[in-house]
Order: sequence, then C-alpha cells, then structure tokens
Amino acid sequence: MNQLARYIAFITRHRVAAVLVFLLLMPWLLPYEALAVNILIFGLYAVGFNLLFGYTGLLSFGHASFLGIGSYLAGIAIVHASLTWWAAILVGVLAATLEGVLIGLLAIRTKGIYFSMVTLALGQIVYYAFYKAERWTGGENGLRGVRVEFIDLFGWKIDFVDPLNKYYVILVFVAAALWFVSRVLASPFGAVVETVRENEQRAAACGYDVNRTKLLAFTLSAAVCGLAGTLRALHLSIVPIESLHYLLSGQAVMMCLLGGMGTFFGPFVGALVFLALEDTITHMTRYWMAVMGAIFMVFVLFFPRGIWGSTLIWLDRVVARQASEKRP
Amino acid sequence: MSAVLKASDQAAAILSVKGVGKHFGAFVALNDVSVDFPAGQLTAIIGPNGAGKSTFFNVISGAFAPSSGRVVFEGRDVTGLRQHEFARIGIAKSFQITNLFRQLSVRENVRVAAQMRRSRFQIFKPRSAYPELLDKADALLQRVGLVDVGDKLAADLAHGQQRALEIAMALAAEPRLLLMDEPTAGMSPEETSVMMGLITRIAEERTVVLVEHKMKLVMGICQRLIVLHHGELLAEGTPDEIRNHPEVKRVYLGQ
Repeated sequence: MNQLARYIAFITRHRVAAVLVFLLLMPWLLPYEALAVNILIFGLYAVGFNLLFGYTGLLSFGHASFLGIGSYLAGIAIVHASLTWWAAILVGVLAATLEGVLIGLLAIRTKGIYFSMVTLALGQIVYYAFYKAERWTGGENGLRGVRVEFIDLFGWKIDFVDPLNKYYVILVFVAAALWFVSRVLASPFGAVVETVRENEQRAAACGYDVNRTKLLAFTLSAAVCGLAGTLRALHLSIVPIESLHYLLSGQAVMMCLLGGMGTFFGPFVGALVFLALEDTITHMTRYWMAVMGAIFMVFVLFFPRGIWGSTLIWLDRVVARQASEKRP
Repeated sequence: MSAVLKASDQAAAILSVKGVGKHFGAFVALNDVSVDFPAGQLTAIIGPNGAGKSTFFNVISGAFAPSSGRVVFEGRDVTGLRQHEFARIGIAKSFQITNLFRQLSVRENVRVAAQMRRSRFQIFKPRSAYPELLDKADALLQRVGLVDVGDKLAADLAHGQQRALEIAMALAAEPRLLLMDEPTAGMSPEETSVMMGLITRIAEERTVVLVEHKMKLVMGICQRLIVLHHGELLAEGTPDEIRNHPEVKRVYLGQ
C-alpha cells in the first residue's frame, strides 16, 4: 500500500474523529457562527435522513415532521413545562422516536412511490395538527420564548447566547449522534439494512425480517432527525411552523443527493454546501431558489454520486493508479 | 434396484407435502399434490413447461402459502410461515433468476447470509466483533470456486459465478434442507458439469431438492425423481423407475 492509500485507510477507520477535527475548526472557516450552527444542525438532519434514504433505500418525503416534532416538543417542554434544557432535548428526541414508530408502522406497509406519498401525507397531518393547536404551539406565529441563556454543567455556567459557546455545546450532541450513526452503520444490523436496500426478496430468503428491519431503521432515522430538531429550537429560541413543512423534507433529499447518498459523511457535506450557497446567493438575488434548483439539476445529471461520493471514487482511482504505476 | 427403493422408503421424510393445491384466481397451478422427501437424499422435481414446478418450489420454499393442504418440515407444520422464518428453521433456497445483493462485495454477500445465524438486530457491536463469519464466508467461497473474486461487487461477476454465489449464500444459512430452482439455468455445458459436481458433493452432507427442466441432467446424480404434469403428481421413484414409467414416457420423454 502506498502513502496516500494508507492515509485514506487511516481516515476511513477513524471517520468520526476525522469529522470531529473538521467540525471543531468549522466556525473559523465560515463568515459567521450562526451559519456554522445551522450547518451542524442540518448536517445531522441530513445524516439521519440518509440512514433511511441512502442505506435502507426508502425515500421519505415526511422527515421534516421528525425535525419539527423534536423542535416543538423541546420548545413546549421549556415554554410550557419549564423543564431544563437537557430534559427538553430528551423529551424532543423521545417524541420523535415515538412518532417514528407510529409513522413507520403505517408507511413500511407500502413500497416505492407509495411509501413516499404515505410519509408525505402523514407529515402534513402532523403539520396541520400543530398549526391548529395554537394554545401549545403558537400556531402560525410559531412557538416563541424558547429561551436558554445559560447551560448549567455541574455548576459550570456556560453563556449560551454567545454564538461560539452555542456552537460547541451543540457540537457535543451532534458529534455524539454522528458517532452513534457510524456505530449503527458498522454493526451487523447495518449490514442487514444494506441487504434490504439491495434486494428485499433475497434478504427475506436469507432469514431477515424485512419489515422489522425497515421499522427499526425508520425509527433510528426519526430519532436522529428529532435530535437535530431539538437543537434547532435551542439555537433559534423559537420554533417556526415551517419546521414541520414538507419543504424541509425536500431539503433533506436535496442535501443527501448533493453530498452523496449512501456515504457516511456525504449528507453532511451536502448540508454544508446547500446552506453556504443559500447564504451567498440570497445576498445576490431574491430568486435564490431558482439558482439552487439549477445547481441541483447539474449535480443530479452529471454527479449522481454527489460531491462527497464523487470525491471518494476519484480518490480510489488515484490510489489505484499510483499502485499500478509502482508495480512495473 | 429394489434395494434402493426400499432404502428410500425406510428413510424418514424431512419434508412432507400433503394434499397441496395452489390456484391463482381461476387458474389451478397445483392440484392435490402429496409427496414425501426422504432425509439425506437428492431429489429432483422435473416436468415439462407449465407443469407447476415453479409454483411447487415456491410453496415448499416459503415464497407463498398454498391455497390448500399442508407442508410439514421435520414434523412441524410450516404452512403459511413467512419467508424469513423458513431460512431460520433450516430451509434455504437458491433462486432460478440470479438474486443477489448486487452492489455489495461477493464476500459480504456470503458473510451477511451467514450472519443470520448469529445476529439480526445487533446495533451496539461492530461487525468486526464476529470475525468467524468472515472465515466462514471465505471457506464457502473457496468451496464454490469464488475465493479469488471475493472483493469484487456481486454485480460484476460472470453469470456462472453468480450462480455459484447463489449456492454459497444458501449454504451460509446452514440449512438441513437445501432447495434449488434450476441451478444450471443459462449455463454453458462446461459450467453445468462443474455445477453438477458441486451439487453432488453438497448432497452428500445434506438433503437437497432441486427443480430442473432438463431431465437428462439430473438422471445421473439424483436418487429420487418427482414428475409433475399439469399441476399434478404424475410419478415418483428412482431414476430407473421414472425412465421406464409409461406415463412419463408419454408426456415427457416421448416428445
């Protein structure tokens, strides 16, 4: 093995640590910290979505519903129940997990486009339920007053309003969740999930219960997206009703495709590029969505494996070429 | 010859099919088929096109339940069990149309098939905590002649190699009964004879039932034949009995 190949193998083996180093530096690489926090949150959201989309092969159009329910329940826990911040996160994640089980049970009975439609429809039901429950959710105006000014850590008070502090507190949760997803993908269950994506009929013939596998993958995915949602509520101090809207479900799909579905870090890269582009283009034109649409089309047509997926393949080729040059 | 017949009659049935019928709407694919499969023997199911071979295979391999009748495996009624339960109780199958995890490596295809016996919903341990599964996969790849292409994607294998991978995956589940649906479909004569040799060796250590369209191919290697015709059991017996069976001669060999 040559130098580059050894280097890549090392990073692959310690993928979570490599990602962590990058994330520790990220606030200094971007124009302002709020963007970095957004990238953390949506990066986690996209990684959670990818667990279902890229690895299990199920395209959900209702994942905003898990992000949103995480946000709302964490917000409600703080505003209405006066719970402390970490308890609010717990409530939000548990709610998203439970919703994942319920929607998953209904959705996995269907396949292909029907699965996408069922998740979309159920997501919209949740949207309108929260829209109407004004007393709890603030309805159209969103849930205001999700104020967390200090994070108390064993008597150590951290100023959560300071954007850099906020970034690193949220990073702790995002890093833990990325580590968890990485573990799941590397586990025996992660292997079963891939067989379901590749060939359901064969997976069943091999003795794997396809529906239970899908349900567990769906639930884990919902829990991770829910965690992203709770962090977003803490970050924004408000839960806008758009958190549950299917536009955000669509963004998860775009981020995954942009970065590279079915790769561990691709969706995070997709979220980073998506949000950085959005931030840049909105300064230039009101029609930023049209520009984003065009960029997205270029990627789907010419780089179907996404930015990260294409980079990995390119690196593989470089390593292979170097190896074959050395041999003779 | 009668000694062979006697031996097969004495062997306990590992699989019994009792009065099985299957209809799709008004079409009757199988009608009241009753057959015993003796443990430890290689049995071939033959019959002309449209005889109901594939339907019969699907019923005994758990792809779908029969409309009537029962399937009994090792004394246990398995009628209507779901597909994944068949593999767990010890019935594995290889498909007629190659059916692999195409974008996974050849080794991973076999490793994950072997993993079923150890772990299905484990998310807290890494796959590397089960190194014996990789050893087992490599041993099986060695056995079917694919050890050199273990790192390739399953999709990149030649047709004959994909057929061999099918068998390795079925064996990885450690079945006591191995069902094969036309294992030599689409193979060249050379590949076919290699496959027949492999099947013969597998049949020495476990019960094998295979569906085959080409009767000549199985005559030499199986101990027992079952002939289906128009969805019904036409004949059963040793290769010699079947060869001399007047009805079989009429519908099958006489063509």
